[in-house]
Amino acid sequence: MPDPLVVDLSRLQFAATAMYHFLFVPLTLGLSLMLAIMESVYVMTGKEIYKQMTKFWGKLFGINFALGVATGITMEFQFGTNWSYYSQYVGDIFGTPLAIEGLMAFFMESTFVGLFFFGWDKLSRVKHLMVTWLVALGSNFSALWILIANGWMQYPVGAEFNPETLRMEMSSFAEVFFNPVAQVKFVHTVSAGYATAACFVLGISAWYLLKGRHIAFAQRSFAIAAAFGLASVLSVITLGDESGYEIGHSQKVKLAAIEGMWETHQPPAPFTVVGMIDSENMKTDYAIEIPWIMGLIATRSVDKPITGIRDLVAEHEIKIRNGMQAYAALQQVRANPEDAGARARLMEHQADLGYGLLVKRYAPDVVDATDEQIAQAARDGIPPVGPLFWAFRIMVGAGFFMLGVFVLAIIATSRNTVLRQRWLLKLAVFTIPMPWIASEMGWFVAEVGRQPWTVAEILPTWISVSSLSVGDLIFSLGGFVLLYTALLVVEMYLMIKFARQGPDDPTPTGGADTPSLTSAQQA
Amino acid sequence: MTELLAFLMSYETLRFIWWLFLGVLLIGFAIMDGFDLGVGALLPWVARTDDERRVLINAIGPTWEGNQVWFILGGGAIFAAYPLIYSAAFSGFFVALILVLFALILRPVGFDYRSKLPHPQWRSMWDWGLFIGGFVPALVFGVAFGNLLQGVPFYFDDSLRVHYEGGLPGLLNPFGLLAGVVSLSMLVMQGAAFLLLKTVGHLRERAHRALGVAALVFALSFAGAGLWVGFGIDGYVLTAFAGTEAASNPVAKEVVRQTGAWFANFKATPVLWLVPLLAFTGAFGAWWLAARRPGVGFIASSVAVACTILTAGIAMFPFMMPSSLEPAHSLTVWDATSSLLTLRWMFWMTVLFLPLILFYTSWVFSVLRGPVTLEQVSDSHEHY
Repeated sequence: MPDPLVVDLSRLQFAATAMYHFLFVPLTLGLSLMLAIMESVYVMTGKEIYKQMTKFWGKLFGINFALGVATGITMEFQFGTNWSYYSQYVGDIFGTPLAIEGLMAFFMESTFVGLFFFGWDKLSRVKHLMVTWLVALGSNFSALWILIANGWMQYPVGAEFNPETLRMEMSSFAEVFFNPVAQVKFVHTVSAGYATAACFVLGISAWYLLKGRHIAFAQRSFAIAAAFGLASVLSVITLGDESGYEIGHSQKVKLAAIEGMWETHQPPAPFTVVGMIDSENMKTDYAIEIPWIMGLIATRSVDKPITGIRDLVAEHEIKIRNGMQAYAALQQVRANPEDAGARARLMEHQADLGYGLLVKRYAPDVVDATDEQIAQAARDGIPPVGPLFWAFRIMVGAGFFMLGVFVLAIIATSRNTVLRQRWLLKLAVFTIPMPWIASEMGWFVAEVGRQPWTVAEILPTWISVSSLSVGDLIFSLGGFVLLYTALLVVEMYLMIKFARQGPDDPTPTGGADTPSLTSAQQA
Repeated sequence: MTELLAFLMSYETLRFIWWLFLGVLLIGFAIMDGFDLGVGALLPWVARTDDERRVLINAIGPTWEGNQVWFILGGGAIFAAYPLIYSAAFSGFFVALILVLFALILRPVGFDYRSKLPHPQWRSMWDWGLFIGGFVPALVFGVAFGNLLQGVPFYFDDSLRVHYEGGLPGLLNPFGLLAGVVSLSMLVMQGAAFLLLKTVGHLRERAHRALGVAALVFALSFAGAGLWVGFGIDGYVLTAFAGTEAASNPVAKEVVRQTGAWFANFKATPVLWLVPLLAFTGAFGAWWLAARRPGVGFIASSVAVACTILTAGIAMFPFMMPSSLEPAHSLTVWDATSSLLTLRWMFWMTVLFLPLILFYTSWVFSVLRGPVTLEQVSDSHEHY
């Protein structure tokens, strides 16, 4: 039985390293594509300024990319170091997309990224452009395979349990690849990356315009970012809605928790905008609701019900009892592989074997779990409602805020009033952190919403950890936090320094000390 | 044709192919990222001034990132093809692997950030970071291999959860450390051989001297480790198992320990002795040829690297991770793989993408061919 403290520290370490990693990934995803677009414009028009843009934003891309790689190395190995039972239980399926990610995507991205920086004088324009596109393609393919892996943890299709090897094994590669949850998540996540890069470029360009520096450069960057950002954020929101629908039938518990929906509501269910979550008494106070919306999002209908948390807990009890039978049958099959009766019982209840493991936390032998232990495990099946409810609303709020900023930015660009609307430029600067807040909240919702499982309804989190000591975890977690924090500080320092420094402008500008709008307008 | 395909797609063949593929990935990593690690370990010693260090850093700067993916891909491939080994080895060698990760994390930032600011202390700090990022992994990988050869203290419980006894101090035994010296000197040799291709003048001379020392240390330690394996430590012998086509159950076999058993495959197939012999020849050839024909010298060094890894793989075959605590729970080629379907998919993916990787990697190296000089880096903003 794993030590509960080891479980908590392992979760903390994974959450910390993953969330650090995801500070850098979205910008890499989006900026690599924006660089490819800028350079394409350069190659097509031959205008030097687009080359200058590619090089300048490329330099900031490089500072970010380095930490993306540094924090990414950990992720590839951490399943083995800290989640060894998980790795052996589902590696047959989960390892495959990770390995393909390396073969197909990360190798390409990493091999060409050096040539992006060092190949300007060694390659023809078209060849360099091709290199930039391959970097962008590599990073986006990378996201595809990682989200197929992650999507499988949320909605494990195309796999079945093998009693001979005591693990899950792949039954259909196509089902794993075309997993609807993974596909929707992929587009939602890369779009969020594009929106991140757009906010980054928009905000920094706005800052130059406020300071009256690099006007021509910044105006062009602002315009590209506004258009790219609007398209991206619309895609994020549409796909977010689509994933609401996906979650509606594949992850009912997560949906109910995000909505703080304790009771099964008469369809169509309302959407709770805000409210006070009271997990203790399983109710939401002072809720402000919009009728019908939740039912429409989750079921695309007005007559299908959405199951509430209380009813889901009751369903869990039934599944746990089935899971206990599956577990008992599995032990009999292990003792005597010829026992046809036990095999039949295992087949019958196999889908709920994971629920048997859920109660193992309280009853190590599983089969003798008491009603009280079953009730306890059934309640464990619900993730923490309050944090999910709020994280989700912060994410959505940040998304719509960005949508507003991009709409205003594109209107100002098309009317050619960007330089006059100083409030909009300031707003764009302050919007820079928004996509990061949204992304981190998004992952929080996705992963905490999956609890208490590492693989939904198949493998509980507490059972997935390695047999490590608390000391091991203090060493690794402490080391990662110290190292990553130090590197993050260095990265932020360099990023701000080089963003302030601006591009090596061939045309004279107003200079850093003269934030004059008049000179900007003259330019 | 269909017979060939049936043979190729059988569980037994695929398991063997995946043993080979893991070898290819490990060798790819040791040859390609090996010279980056070696250059990192040589950085403070071969290069003394700031510009000299920038020459070394720029010799590997544009390509190290792609080379490191051999390591990342190795991790992913072992996860997909040998999940039991991924799970047992990485949690078993926990502290050692975390140390390697800490060290490797310093490299991407070291390369990219070092020359972005002019302060000597800033640059010196990252130089030491790059040194640690090269030295520590090069040493620890060898120590890990040394412990694999001796057997690792792990066992599986009833639910196939792996347990491990002993921590980092247990890994740092004399034979493990000797294996660490083998891999460190081997990768330093590889790094120096690469520098002979990429530098000129006195830097090249220093690299050549380093190559000579590293090749000598490598040859001596490799020979020492070989003798020790033959006469000093117990190998493992598979006496009974469920078969090469059976489901991957790692606790259904019988194993005995025997001194000298790691020589059994060489004794059974004497032509295999050529592999360790080629490792020595390669090291000698690297030292002998590097000054006049640096390209051939680098290939010779790469042969030494490949044959050293192959020697260890052949010695242990079919074992991959023997258990010293419960020899019957040792992980072998036949009982630690993923399912047949997964091996098949991963086989086709590898056959499709590995040649592509080799193709574009060669193209990138050919674009960037030629030495890096002091003149190039001293007044350039394009370089690291």
